Order: sequence, then structure tokens, then C-alpha cells
Amino acid sequence: MSMFWTIWISVISLGTILGCYLLLRWCLSNKIGIDEGASMGHVFDGIEEINNQLPRWWTILFYITMVWGVAYLIFYPGLGGFKGVLGWTSSNQGVLSLEESKLALQRDIDDGNWNEYALQIKYASEKFDPIFEEYAKTPVELLAQNKEAVKIGQRLYIQNCAQCHGSNAKGAASGFPDLTDDDWLYGGSGDKIKETLILGRRGVMPGWFNSMGEDGVAEVVAYTLSLSGRDVEQGLKDKGKVRFAVCAACHGMDGKGNQILGAPNLTDNIWLYGGNTKSVTQTLNYGRNGVMPAFDETLGEDKVHVVAAYVYSLSHSK
Amino acid sequence: MKNPHELLEKNVGLLTVLILVAISFGAMAQILPLMFDQQALEPVKGLRPYTALELEGRDIYIREGCVGCHSQMIRPFRSETERYGHYSVAGESVWERPFLWGSKRTGPDLARVGERYSDEWHRVHLINPRNVVPESNMPGYPWLSENKLDGKYIVKKMEVNRMLGMPYTDEDIAGAKAAVIGKTEMEALIAYLQQLGTHLK
Repeated sequence: MSMFWTIWISVISLGTILGCYLLLRWCLSNKIGIDEGASMGHVFDGIEEINNQLPRWWTILFYITMVWGVAYLIFYPGLGGFKGVLGWTSSNQGVLSLEESKLALQRDIDDGNWNEYALQIKYASEKFDPIFEEYAKTPVELLAQNKEAVKIGQRLYIQNCAQCHGSNAKGAASGFPDLTDDDWLYGGSGDKIKETLILGRRGVMPGWFNSMGEDGVAEVVAYTLSLSGRDVEQGLKDKGKVRFAVCAACHGMDGKGNQILGAPNLTDNIWLYGGNTKSVTQTLNYGRNGVMPAFDETLGEDKVHVVAAYVYSLSHSK
Repeated sequence: MKNPHELLEKNVGLLTVLILVAISFGAMAQILPLMFDQQALEPVKGLRPYTALELEGRDIYIREGCVGCHSQMIRPFRSETERYGHYSVAGESVWERPFLWGSKRTGPDLARVGERYSDEWHRVHLINPRNVVPESNMPGYPWLSENKLDGKYIVKKMEVNRMLGMPYTDEDIAGAKAAVIGKTEMEALIAYLQQLGTHLK
């Protein structure tokens, strides 16, 4: 803040306090020509007004607020560019990029500056980092048996994952997978779950309406539904089977899917976007774009490890 | 007059004027300097003006009263930054007129909701939040996917924002109507939500 505004703020702030002091002094002096304790000369309803001074306790409190105000402005930032003798700050509010913020935070932690936010971060990292580092040494599959770690993982899950996958992890309609059924799009090993969490996933199913037409799509829908044992019209199914060759590129000839591509298994009657004829037709006509966001920056690898343990435990609890 | 204080006590008009003068000291010390303070005026490095569609979405956000339940202000406490991301900084709000920081959190803070969920999640969630979050008490906004934008005021809105300091180019404004016309309000609102807080890079 420029010198001009610093002076401007200082003059107004300190001037106001001084003004309060002068006003109080003025009100304390007796200038009305009537002695202290004498009658003001009027009575109403038997009550007589006496010329009394301001109550002493009240006057002292007023002085204390002034002393408090001046002391605050000396110790804490309040007078424009003056930062206060304590060097206290709540956070690095003026940063213009994440990089700058990170450096400033680290500098405050290293130098032991009185930055309230940096102190919170330092405290938390000293307290919690060793715990997460310890957990990171145990493979996800084993960590899933550690009740405490799973509980921490659940807390992180509720905060970061439940919005899409549900607080019970059973997923939600229209493209948010159930995490409790041990049916995996990209693989259910600890490492694969971590990979999904850290990098995110893009599950792209192209639309086929333009190339297959309405009839073609209906045939493929029939064949697709038959893969999980549903009763469909035999004629449609046979035609659909021929057309399924293009689908097999991702879902495999047997329709069992491909975890490298994230192509779902079509034979297990577990449906990401709904398994009725209408939903499957919609999927085939217009395609689907599943998005799993990446959590590398939000959570960091050590926390992802613990979340992965929780997710793994959901389908592997005895 | 024996007591000059009597002058104030018996003239309400004068008393009012002097009270206003006294209060204005607070505004002069707290509000006025910030209007010229570099820290409150300098945009963060990644800040860009809203696209036409985002600007329309912002007005829908205002119209539907989202600010009544969602703040856009992450305070510098670890308990907040763990959940929402980096605390909000002044340089992100320099072009906000009016700002939508809010002060009520019935729902979560949205200051950094951008890119956190997929567009599809937002669509499903805005139509009926309980389809993805069964515990939610947020109302559904199904009409957003039916209402189409006509872009009637978008040029005017952008010109006003430019006047207030948002650096739109002439091309931005010339292409504005074409960029929003026929789009649904849902698309506009999602476009607005998906950029929130993504400019601090």
C-alpha cells in the first residue's frame, strides 16, 4: 500500500481515537454552571434530575477501549502498509499464482514467520504426514485390513468421492460406478485403483447412430442384452451379432470387456448407464463420456493410497 | 446557550448530518483505500474474462439465487483448504461485479468447484441432486435444460463489464450473440461453474 494511503488511514484511525478521547474529556468537565450533585432544576413525576458525572466504571471502560485500540494498531497490521511490530499475518493474501503461494508458504514455515495459515499447515503436516507415510509403505491390499487406515480412507472418501459414487459407495444412476461389487472397469488391484485415482479416467463410448442407423442400433441392442442372458428377438440378435464385430474392438469378441481401455463387461448384467432397452439404445445412439477426475493435486499420492485401501476394502471385506 | 451539546440534542437534522460524518470515517479508512490498492486491483496471472456463455451462466447463477446457499470464498484455514482447495485471493475477484462471495453455506463452497466434477455430473445433479447425492437437500432446477438463451442482452452485458474493467476485445463482443444463442441455460450455468476457481494456476 502506498505511503499516501498509509498516512491517510493512520490519520483517520488515530484521529478518531484521539477524537473519542477529547470528546470524553470534554463531557467529563462541568461547564453548565451547576455544581456536581446539585439539582438540574426540574422534577418529573417525583424524579429529580441531578447533575452527575459520567459513571466512573463506564469512563474507565471507555479509556480501556482506547488503549486497546492503540495497542492493537501497534502490534497488528491495521494502519495501511504498516505491518505491526509482531509481524502477524493471516495468510499470503497477495499471491498471484499457485507457485508463488507455495514458495511464500514454504518461506514462512522455514523462517518461522507468524503466518496463521502457515502455522496450521506446519502443525498438520508434522502431525499427520508421518501417519500417511507409514501407511504408504503397506500395499493397498494389506492396508485394506487395517481398520484405522480404512476409517481414515472412508473420511477422505466421503469428502472427495461420495458426490458421485454415493456415501455408501454404491454409485449412482447414469455413469457413476458402484465400488462395492468387485466389478471393475479399469481393474480392481490396489495399484489400478490408485492409478485411477491419481490420473483420473476418460471412459469414451462413441455414438453409432450415424453409421448403423436406427435398425442397426436396435439389432446391436438386442444382441448386447442377450449377452447377459436376457430374452430378445432371435432375428434381431443374429443380425446384431454380425454388427457386434465393431463393438468387439473394445468390448472383446465375447463381450467381456477390456480393462486396459475401460470397456465394460457386457455379459455380467451390471450396467453403468442403465440396462433397459431404452438406456442401452441411448448409449449406442449417442455414445457416453464418463469422466473420473484426477486426484493427484487434490489429495496427493499418500492420501490416495489410503482412499484406495478403503475402496479396495469395500469389495473385499469378509 | 449554557450547554453547546444542547445544540445537537435539539436539532435532529444537524445530529443526522454529524452522525453520517462520523460513520464516513470508517468507510474512508476501510473502503476507499482498497479502491486504489494495487493488491486489490491486480488480477492473478491466469485470470481471463468470462466467455459470453459463462457470463450468461453467471447471471443464471444470480437469478436462481445460488448465492443464497453457496459461498464462493475459501478462507485461509486448513480445515477449508483441505476440502475446497487453495484459499481465495483478492486477485481472482478483481473483475467481479457484483462479487458472489456470499456468506451462507447451506451447501458447499463453490469457489473452486470448476473441473472438479464432469459436465454430465453437473447436468444430472442440477436436474435432480438426489440422483447423485441421495442425502442432498438442494432443490432441482430441471427447467434449465429446457430454457434456451436468446442472447438478447449479452452484447450490452459485455459492454458494461468492459466499461467496468473486464478486458473484452471487440471480437469477443462481436461474436457474443452467436456464441450463446440456442444454447440451454443448463449449458451456460455449467460453463460458468466449470471455470470457477480455475484461474489461480
